[in-house]
Amino acid sequence: MDVEILARLQFAFTVAFHYIYPPLSIGLGLLMVIFESLFVVTKKQVYEDLARFWTKIFALTFGIGVATGIVMEFEFGTNWATYSRYVGDVFGSALAAEGIFAFALESGFLGVLLFGWNRVKPWVHLVSTIGVFFGSLFSAIWIVVANSWQQTPAGFHVVGEGLEARAEITDFWAMVFNPSSVDRLLHVWLGAFLAGAFLVISVHAYYLVRNRHVEISKIALRLALPVALIFSLLQLFTGHHSADGVAANQPTKLAAMEGHYQPESAADMYILGWVDQNKEEVTGIKIPGGLSYLVHGDFDAPIKGLNAFPEADRPTQINAIFQFYHLMVAIGIALIFLTVYSSILLLKGHLFQKKWLLWILAFSVVLPQLANQFGWYTAEMGRQPWVVWELLRTSDALSQAVKANQVLFSLILFALIYLILFILFLYLLNKKIKMGPHESDVEREEMEEDERKLTQDLTDILIGNNSQK
Amino acid sequence: MILGIDYPTWWFLVVGALFSGYAILDGFDFGAGAWHLFFRKEESRRIALNAVGPVWDGNEVWLVIGGGALFAGFPILYAFLFSAMYTPFMLFLVFIIFRAISIEFRSKEKMLWWRKTWDFMYALSSIMLAFLLGVVLGNVLQGMPVNQQWEYEGGGFFSFLNPYAILVGLTTLSLFMTHGAMYLLMKTEGRLYQKLTHLLKGSIAAFIILLVVLSIYTLIYVPQLSDEIRADFRLWILPFLAFLSVANIPRLASKQKFRRGFIFSSLTISLLLMMVAIEIYPTLIVSTLDGGKDITIYNAASSTKSLSIMLTIAAIGAPMVLAYTIFVYRTFKGKVRLDETSY
Ligand code: HDD
Ligand code: HEM
Ligand code: HEM
Repeated sequence: MDVEILARLQFAFTVAFHYIYPPLSIGLGLLMVIFESLFVVTKKQVYEDLARFWTKIFALTFGIGVATGIVMEFEFGTNWATYSRYVGDVFGSALAAEGIFAFALESGFLGVLLFGWNRVKPWVHLVSTIGVFFGSLFSAIWIVVANSWQQTPAGFHVVGEGLEARAEITDFWAMVFNPSSVDRLLHVWLGAFLAGAFLVISVHAYYLVRNRHVEISKIALRLALPVALIFSLLQLFTGHHSADGVAANQPTKLAAMEGHYQPESAADMYILGWVDQNKEEVTGIKIPGGLSYLVHGDFDAPIKGLNAFPEADRPTQINAIFQFYHLMVAIGIALIFLTVYSSILLLKGHLFQKKWLLWILAFSVVLPQLANQFGWYTAEMGRQPWVVWELLRTSDALSQAVKANQVLFSLILFALIYLILFILFLYLLNKKIKMGPHESDVEREEMEEDERKLTQDLTDILIGNNSQK
Repeated sequence: MILGIDYPTWWFLVVGALFSGYAILDGFDFGAGAWHLFFRKEESRRIALNAVGPVWDGNEVWLVIGGGALFAGFPILYAFLFSAMYTPFMLFLVFIIFRAISIEFRSKEKMLWWRKTWDFMYALSSIMLAFLLGVVLGNVLQGMPVNQQWEYEGGGFFSFLNPYAILVGLTTLSLFMTHGAMYLLMKTEGRLYQKLTHLLKGSIAAFIILLVVLSIYTLIYVPQLSDEIRADFRLWILPFLAFLSVANIPRLASKQKFRRGFIFSSLTISLLLMMVAIEIYPTLIVSTLDGGKDITIYNAASSTKSLSIMLTIAAIGAPMVLAYTIFVYRTFKGKVRLDETSY
């Protein structure tokens, strides 16, 4: 295999693996802040128990996130030297800002978060938790900005020619707020919140099915479910916004996402389908003209298809892009159904008796994880053959000095290590879940009542359910 | 220009400061890890591990920031160095991961084999990381085959291992082990403390011998690395200070003043790096190829615009980073106490 394929494989593999963990850390961070704030405000022991339990799991995801993230940072230089020279001037400032504003904040307070429970006052500890959470939000900002700049470059000019060419920054804020960064950042954040909320939901639903840690789990579900509900609904909007952006800025990607080949015709939207890349057609269930409607508000509006572009300027893996995109959307819709239905049952007070639903919730953690992965595959594979949209081709971005055998060697090495890492992660996660939260028995009854009121008010506001009043 | 100094030079100073900060901080935790197998008792190992427990992750952030700063400020150097030193950097990354997971996982199970395996991995990766950092530095100092297109024209897998680089690697390792021992001595008491006072002597001796050999080797075979200092005798102050600082380490150690000893081992690291910085400025990597191109801070730098933006970012960020670093170190100051949140 040649260096390009190997290097792409290696990058995709290592970053996809990295991306299992940061969303969990970001999402758990949010829930830990909620649990701990409730503890500081109400002084009730359960909240502290919850916060402490989830901090332990957070430590695990965070540790692996950091270790695999460092690999990513250096892989730009090792495998993609030409790319690094090309984008260094623009892209570097985002990475540097990430280090200073985000990672330093995160890891600075992490020590206190993990080891400081008995050393600092509760509110100081809460401040540290918030610090870590904000740090993780910031790190998403800069890395998504950098990636969005690759998708929709702005605020730069190109100097030099041929292999010497490179982009130089002309306007920092235009670079930061390039056409896709805000949409994508929101979408990524929400995806991370969902990943975290569903992990909490899953574990506590599992406890309920197994009849363990019952009281604390009820409280946890009452808090995590609304979070999941809110963000599942909002995710539909941010996703739609991203799709609008893709339509405006990356027409070949949009065409690939729906398998739309005809150069100038109305485009359909598929619910399910399969792209035959040789015959250039899609079979499946569709809404005729749906894509045209989504983009232009008119079922007959023409949309540029893949054949409107030269063969060399469009992605090749059309079916894969199509499938990943549709799987993500399907999962998004599934999450909405799941959270709305569960919330209604929760309000009616039946949720904890519905074993089958609790089982589904117990496994639901994989859904946002998969959607997060598939979303990135869509975005990144749809960007091909460009590494920087319409400026630099992936095949030109490689390190000339690096040989195929070196890349192969490191790829195998990483595959092995990540496999071990993943097994260990699952093993330790399982162990922590088995061990469960430490429960202190304080006024459970009274607290439960409080909780129920709180969730009810929240949900009333959200879905306007007034029937209970 | 700010204060009569041009932007690339400012950024060179920033990157230099970040890397010496990194060497001092991760230096002590790599060093502490390198000693791990010398401690026999479970209790000692746990104490040693928890001495770096709350800080190692924060220390690694300096690498992340330093790497980001290098990428941002000198993309050509970043691209060259990391693709040229492919094998050592990949190994470095692998050991970084192993080290992180050894720390995380070691105390999660009680089985003896489990703990022994992670203890071994922890020590091995700490040693290799210190060594590899030195090896890469050695290669940079010696010069490398850079061609006209800013690409590396050297051999494949093992070209990074040459006598000079190995020598620098070993020197770095011994320095970090001394530094790490000082740190542990500051943080521990009892049996572990006793043991360390013995071990420390060995590493100091090794470091001094290696440093002398390395200096002689450099003067003879890599003359460009001493011409600045030889040319301007005001600069002799640096090697002189470095010498004093090194000599101070065994003196303070024998008086059991480990806090001050730690300050001096930190100082030694930064003085040595300062000498390196003065010697390589402004040519970062000398091309050993006929008709090749040297990489300098000027031809490798990002645009002035980009550098000025980043200097602003750094100026805003640095005080913040400093503030919470101090907060964390104060929260955990004093000797290690094990409790239920420890590793
Ligand atoms: C800031 C930059 C950046 C960020 C945040 C991401 N990527 Fe990316 N990705 C790249 C920068 C990049 C790249 C360096 O530009 C690659 C390497 C080769 C290429 O074409 O683009 C790439 C390729 C690439 C590919 C291979 C595409 C192909 O070769 O067809 C996949 C599947 C992913 N990435 C997946 C991800 C995932 C799961 C991410 C979530 C964490 C992610 N990327 C974030
Ligand atoms: C190619 C892309 C990426 C690079 C180069 C990268 C780089 C890094 C690095 C160097 C670290 C370790 C920082 C430390 O020492 O504390 C890290 C951790 C982290 N990264 Fe990434 N990252 C990438 C993709 C992403 C994406 C897309 C996200 C967000 C949504 C993200 C979010 C995080 C977070 C939150 C952490 C902290 C550790 C954790 O929470 O697991 N990263 N990353
Ligand atoms: C509900 C319907 C959804 C729609 C219509 C949608 C739409 C999109 C689109 C169009 C992109 C590509 C953006 C680009 O290439 O610039 C994308 C990317 C992505 N999606 Fe979704 N999405 C949905 C649900 C979800 C869900 C539920 C998750 C995770 C829980 C998710 C996670 C992601 C991620 C991580 C990316 C890659 C980052 C990015 O490019 O923004 N999506 N989504």
